[in-house]
Amino acid sequence: MAELVFIGLGLHDEQDMSLRGLSEAKEAESVFVELYTSLMSGLQTEKLGRLIGKKVTQVSRRALEDESGTTILQAAMKGKTVFLVPGDPMIATTHIDLRLRAEERGITTRIVHGATIVSAVCGATGLQNYKFGRSVTIPFAYKGCTSDRPYEVIKHNLDDGLHTLCFLDLDVEENRYLTLNEALESLLNIEKKKPKFTISLDTFAVGLARLGSSEQVVKADTVKRLRAHNFGSPPHTLIFPGKLHFMEAEALITLAKAPHRIRNQKR
Amino acid sequence: MSKLKKITSRAIKLMDVKKNIRDIGIIAHIDHGKTTMTDSLLTEAGLLSPTIAGRARVLDYLEEEQKRGITIKTANISLLHEEEGEEYLINLIDTPGHVDFTGKVTRALRAIDGAVVVVDAVEEVMVQTETVTRQALNELVKPVLFINKVDRLIKELKLNAEEIQVKLARIIRDFNNLIAVYGEEDQKEKWKVDPAEGTVAFGSALHRWGFTVDIAKKKNVKFSEIIDLYKKEQADGLVDRLPLHEAILTMVVKHLPNPLEAQRYRIPKVWKGEIDSGMGQAMLKVDPEGGTGMVITLTQMDPHAGLVATGRIFSGSVKGGDRVYLVGAKKEYRVQQVAMYMGAFRVPVEKIDAGNIAALLGLDLARAGETLVSADHKDGMVPFESITYVSEPVITIAVEPKRPKELPRLIDVMERLSIEDPNLVTSINKETGEYLLSGMGELHLEIAIKFLREYAGGNLEIITSKPLVVYRESTQSPGAVVMAKSPNKHSKFWIQVEPLDDKTIQMIEKGDLAEQMGRKRMGTALKEAGWPTKEARNIWSLEEHRNILVDMTKGVQYLREVRDMFIAGFRWACQNGPLCDEPIRGLKVKLLDASLHEDPVHRGPAQVMPAARRGLLGSFLSSDPVILEPIYKIGVSVASQWVGEVTSLITRKRGKITASEQKGPLTSITGFLPVSESFGLSADMRSATSGHAFWQTAFDHWDKAPASVSKEVIAETRERRGMSPEIPRASKFIDQT
Ligand SMILES: Nc1nc2c(ncn2[C@@H]2O[C@H](COP(=O)(O)OP(=O)(O)OP(=O)(O)O)[C@@H](O)[C@H]2O)c(=O)[nH]1
Ligand SMILES: [Mg+2]
Repeated sequence: MAELVFIGLGLHDEQDMSLRGLSEAKEAESVFVELYTSLMSGLQTEKLGRLIGKKVTQVSRRALEDESGTTILQAAMKGKTVFLVPGDPMIATTHIDLRLRAEERGITTRIVHGATIVSAVCGATGLQNYKFGRSVTIPFAYKGCTSDRPYEVIKHNLDDGLHTLCFLDLDVEENRYLTLNEALESLLNIEKKKPKFTISLDTFAVGLARLGSSEQVVKADTVKRLRAHNFGSPPHTLIFPGKLHFMEAEALITLAKAPHRIRNQKR
Repeated sequence: MSKLKKITSRAIKLMDVKKNIRDIGIIAHIDHGKTTMTDSLLTEAGLLSPTIAGRARVLDYLEEEQKRGITIKTANISLLHEEEGEEYLINLIDTPGHVDFTGKVTRALRAIDGAVVVVDAVEEVMVQTETVTRQALNELVKPVLFINKVDRLIKELKLNAEEIQVKLARIIRDFNNLIAVYGEEDQKEKWKVDPAEGTVAFGSALHRWGFTVDIAKKKNVKFSEIIDLYKKEQADGLVDRLPLHEAILTMVVKHLPNPLEAQRYRIPKVWKGEIDSGMGQAMLKVDPEGGTGMVITLTQMDPHAGLVATGRIFSGSVKGGDRVYLVGAKKEYRVQQVAMYMGAFRVPVEKIDAGNIAALLGLDLARAGETLVSADHKDGMVPFESITYVSEPVITIAVEPKRPKELPRLIDVMERLSIEDPNLVTSINKETGEYLLSGMGELHLEIAIKFLREYAGGNLEIITSKPLVVYRESTQSPGAVVMAKSPNKHSKFWIQVEPLDDKTIQMIEKGDLAEQMGRKRMGTALKEAGWPTKEARNIWSLEEHRNILVDMTKGVQYLREVRDMFIAGFRWACQNGPLCDEPIRGLKVKLLDASLHEDPVHRGPAQVMPAARRGLLGSFLSSDPVILEPIYKIGVSVASQWVGEVTSLITRKRGKITASEQKGPLTSITGFLPVSESFGLSADMRSATSGHAFWQTAFDHWDKAPASVSKEVIAETRERRGMSPEIPRASKFIDQT
């Protein structure tokens, strides 16, 4: 039967996949994985293959985008196919286009969910899911210019008292990752260029690195201090908290070493 | 060397006496005697021994130049001249005359204020005399005339005094016609030359004598006397009585403008910034204390010193250690060394002031045409107007190293060559393994290959293909409105292409429309040219092959953020057309609408660029695409009995004759010839006329290739590039929903 199952791999390494995901993969005739939409620093295709007991074919961004995932669709037409995706399959970069194409061809599709950074940040920081506004990715500079969009999203959310989750751009295939330090620098530059008094050195933010691994770092402090801090290897994530509920403030102090004065912070 | 030092130190002292500076060039048709004449000037300056002047052509110091007897590069020198008790500093550039090197003349003209146009008295005003004079006038470079090789009129043509007068008068008349036709409104009358005023000199560069009417009067010399001396073989003494350098340099000092005079009218022409601003006023007044403003006109790679950037300082000064900013490269540098030119030597000096020509070391990204400004004036500095060339590189050869492992070395030297010669286009396609050199003509490429070998140190063996013609892809009718999605399918663009009208293309070719004018000024220019306001105001980009990108969207969210990426995609598509991977030319590309993903990363360059390209190619293929072939203008000068042969030869090669004019015993024929038919023309011309024809070709324009030719070109080019034989269908680049 023509079937395509999207399986979320979770945050860090092959151990993050659900048992359901694993057994679906074991049953499948073809197994594909993509590793370009986010970085799972502990994951290796060979280890995945050993765990599943099958050959796992890695597909490049080119194959998925320029060739619209034709190889995966062809395999799924022939028999049960699973597509392993970092995080939760439809969150960071959606694979909705592939799913719709599959349905169009009469392929049954399903999703087996995995842990994602979007929910992991709530756990790591104690910030409440209800109070996040729009999220945004901070991109690499292109020809020396950075997008103003992240700055605008953060400002919008802060004006409404909401938290902003910022993903940091990455190019896994080229082994390039935007660091927290670069991301903060780029936001400060936008502030300098067109001041709207949103982000200064004293603004309070949370830096996170390698969530889900044993070397996870969560640090809440001023932009000035975070910018100077070395968060180590990627992936990195950044949060600008909005108006803090008292439980959120306590959690940040306890879990993320936030300075105590955030208790009386007014926004 | 110590003499050189002495002269240099006197030159340095003169640098801030602006009224005693002349920045000039020597320009002419090929072989009319520029370099030979310059020899004489060097002698007087003490930079060359008098015994070898006239034969040495010292400024042709490249081995290739001495061997071929022609100038290939431009050479800079500075020399001193005393006139009526005052000393003058003359910064001089000798230029090549061969059509293939016209681009070098074009660049040199930006650095100078006046030019000595040399005309061979026997050949008179020729095609290239016209080309270089026209360009000089366009840059507001004031010309004076030197009629050279007068000895040939006497010795070879054996003309009498009267006949000589007639010939000289005709040259002056023809030259003044050029000024009348090509001069700018303010100058076309004022700049006409007149022997009575001293703006024309006559002489023989080979025998190193020359005079103006004034000098002849003073020294009481008559033409008939000179003729007699030649007849009696006593012309040797002329060099002492009428030294050539005196005639030329007097003319230069008296009639060509100093920087103070010249910059007042040249700056508004070559720099479109705010004239009342600090930089504007500094340049207008040649102020050595103002911010530094300089235009780079020549770059050379010195194996020891690295990149040497030479150019004209319009304001301020440059010292070693100065912090300067390159506006085009957007990069700040510390100047390593400042130097001036003395003969074939580059002499380091401490500082060079406004109004002079300087060589700077340490600016590795400097390119000809670049605008240099002192680092503390970089904010808002408007670059100089772009240098527009009359010719285009239309002939290509493929090169590859004999030993594949030497590829990196070949690429290295190719890069160096293209830095030094902006008219030589190198394209390196790592995917297809095609390494191409494109130039103005066969000579240009032949010399380029010589340089490649030389730069590589001699032991790099290079295999070259036979010369190939460069083509363009274009269209004759509008394409469909197409929608193209980004690779991740999260952004959509609606795009339509149409042919760009001839008038706009001409504006670009003349430099009246250029990207660095900025959106506002481009808009004004286009509105005047009849464009609808809405389109004229929204030009996003003007690509080098005469393609324009217009934004016609209304209120598309986030569009501003993807603008540069879309432009990059547009440029990419224009570089490699879908018919056979040749550049696209003369397209108006309209972005009609777009729908973009919310998050910046999902509409980043990797998404937007391919989508822009897809849509452009899709619409282009749905139109009526054609191949354009380059056409040469050809000028042939031949004895009347061969006219029939020449005419039929040109017509047989798909050429057209446009004019034929009797000039004494010779007939001069002009016409057009497809570049692809020009290979082997030398042999054909020789056999048709028994070697009696003098001819030259220069790129003139692009024209639609006949269907049979274009089919062949597409098939051959696709095969050579390893592409599938079929031209892709438009539907391959168009998305439906
Ligand atoms: N008889 C005669 N020959 C001259 C005179 N001036 C130059 N020539 C010769 O003309 C030829 C070309 O001279 P060049 O000085 O190289 O001419 P050019 O204008 O610099 O040439 P390109 O730079 O290649 O355009 C040489 O063979 C010179 O010796 C002259 O006054 N009389
Ligand atoms: Mg010469």
